[in-house]
Amino acid sequence: MTENRDKQAETADAAAPAADDARAAAETAKEETANLPAERQGPKPKLDIRNLNFYYGTHQALKNINLKIPEKQVMAFIGPSGCGKSTLLRTFNRIYSLYPNQRAEGEIWMDGQNILGKDVDVNLLRAKVGMVFQKPAPFPMSVFDNIAFGIRLYERLPKAELEERVEQALRRAALWDEVKDKLHKSGAALSGGQQQRLCIARAIAVKPEVILLDEPTSALDPISTARIEELVMELSEDYTIVIVTHNMQQAARISDRTAFMYLGEIIEEGETDQIFTAPREEKTQAYITGRFG
Amino acid sequence: MSARQATGERPKHSPLAESLFKGISFSAAVFVLATLGAIIAMLVIGAWPALKKFGFFGFLTSAEWNPVTENFGALTAIYGTLVTSAIAILIGLPVSFGIALFITELCPVWLKRPVSTAIELLAAIPSIIYGMWGLFIFAPFFSEHIQPWMTDTLGQLPIIGALFDGPPMGIGVFTAGFILAIMIIPFISSVMRDVFETVPRELRESAYGLGCTTWEVMWKVVLPVTRAGVVGAIMLGLGRALGETMAVTFVIGNSHDLNIGLFWPGNSIASTIANEFTEADGEIYTASLIALGLVLFLITFIVLTLARLMLVRMAKSYGGRS
Repeated sequence: MTENRDKQAETADAAAPAADDARAAAETAKEETANLPAERQGPKPKLDIRNLNFYYGTHQALKNINLKIPEKQVMAFIGPSGCGKSTLLRTFNRIYSLYPNQRAEGEIWMDGQNILGKDVDVNLLRAKVGMVFQKPAPFPMSVFDNIAFGIRLYERLPKAELEERVEQALRRAALWDEVKDKLHKSGAALSGGQQQRLCIARAIAVKPEVILLDEPTSALDPISTARIEELVMELSEDYTIVIVTHNMQQAARISDRTAFMYLGEIIEEGETDQIFTAPREEKTQAYITGRFG
Repeated sequence: MSARQATGERPKHSPLAESLFKGISFSAAVFVLATLGAIIAMLVIGAWPALKKFGFFGFLTSAEWNPVTENFGALTAIYGTLVTSAIAILIGLPVSFGIALFITELCPVWLKRPVSTAIELLAAIPSIIYGMWGLFIFAPFFSEHIQPWMTDTLGQLPIIGALFDGPPMGIGVFTAGFILAIMIIPFISSVMRDVFETVPRELRESAYGLGCTTWEVMWKVVLPVTRAGVVGAIMLGLGRALGETMAVTFVIGNSHDLNIGLFWPGNSIASTIANEFTEADGEIYTASLIALGLVLFLITFIVLTLARLMLVRMAKSYGGRS
């Protein structure tokens, strides 16, 4: 892993060295995204996954995934347990690379850069692609420091500005009113739903472009779940959001597009309305009507 | 027939067995307290003649140790014990942290088991072997190659320069501290590794997910979460360092002169007691050695108490429970 990281850098591609010609060309191409091939219909893709295969040791968990994830929309992955939804999500910020026996083959293009490339600075990639996990995991520090933690990794701000950024992030995550009086209490003292919104605020504070949500509500009560769903829909105005969910109603409620996965493959992908009302594939139909899963 | 009658019923419990069981577990608990009390009582009674003659604080603050005039003071031994343990922690702690960090975060899978096993084997080496190694191998090497260099460089600095003063014999307080460091590394690092591995996956992934480097994850997230376990690991090492006798006796030089310089021969409480008990004739001499034991006991007690206080304060500064 690359340890040197330019903390001042706002975006990964500003700092990433253009090592090979292909990459350099891709970076220039990024400036003029409007001129890119017209083959794409609909909104411009933020993530473009091409021929992605994923292995846990010798077990192949993802098979030849091709998918475009549109910018500033909510994309949901649904499918039965073990179908590879989370695995796919975890390739987008390369968090899988923490584990030595996991490896991905193929390409994932974001802003003209293949994020699976060897010379990608994963720390900067993760600054651009934030992630929120199934179980809320606040850091062992105060609410304020939980948010400030990520900001401090990349920017050195005067105190007043830092406080403003923290407040912004907490407001954006619809948590400010509940915690403004206990900013200096431990993050672990909040309720489960609040902790999860704290984790979302923590991810937002770093100013990412993409937010990955891995079953963010599966450990929460219905009221907290509703608040997080609302929040996700709001956030999609500014961020590209990819959410993995077990809950099909949730996918139907909050996502713009849905991908149905089964046994490591994407069976069908399309507008959420179309997937749930008029699926083209028989397996999708069977899954959403609850005949298997 | 009686077995048949009992069928379907719960076996009658005997009040005698129950109270016997309670009695046994109670006496097991009392046994520990009684032993502790007996040890303290024995130390105080045994040390009494010396404490009466020199006074408790007089005994603590005098650097005199003269069996001929029967004048005894603990300062040299206390200084030696505290300083060798401090050196051991100062050197051993960063190394142990590095080992634990390497094993939990950076080590390739195939290397994990060999490294862990090697460290555990290090803990199994008897202390007398460390002592022999220190005396015959390390001390000559140290006096020839490292010590002159340290005196020439660190020894020339203002204020702390005085610490690196002493004859280049290779034997002395610093060498004892260094050997202790090697002895406590396996304890501290294996406990640290265990507590680092208890950190929830989500927490580590969240930190990496924000773009933290391995160092930032360890230093800012893993270490604060595992602080209680880490302090426990340090205490385990410190406890061993304070009480270690054999290895220290080999290399510390066993001199009763008080010197600030770390390269001078010195003495620790445990090594003084071990060296001199057999030749201690006279009530005051024996009592002074027992009083040294009492002081060592008090030092360990104080260290443990400070560790507890530190944990409470740390818990507060991280904003309540975590």
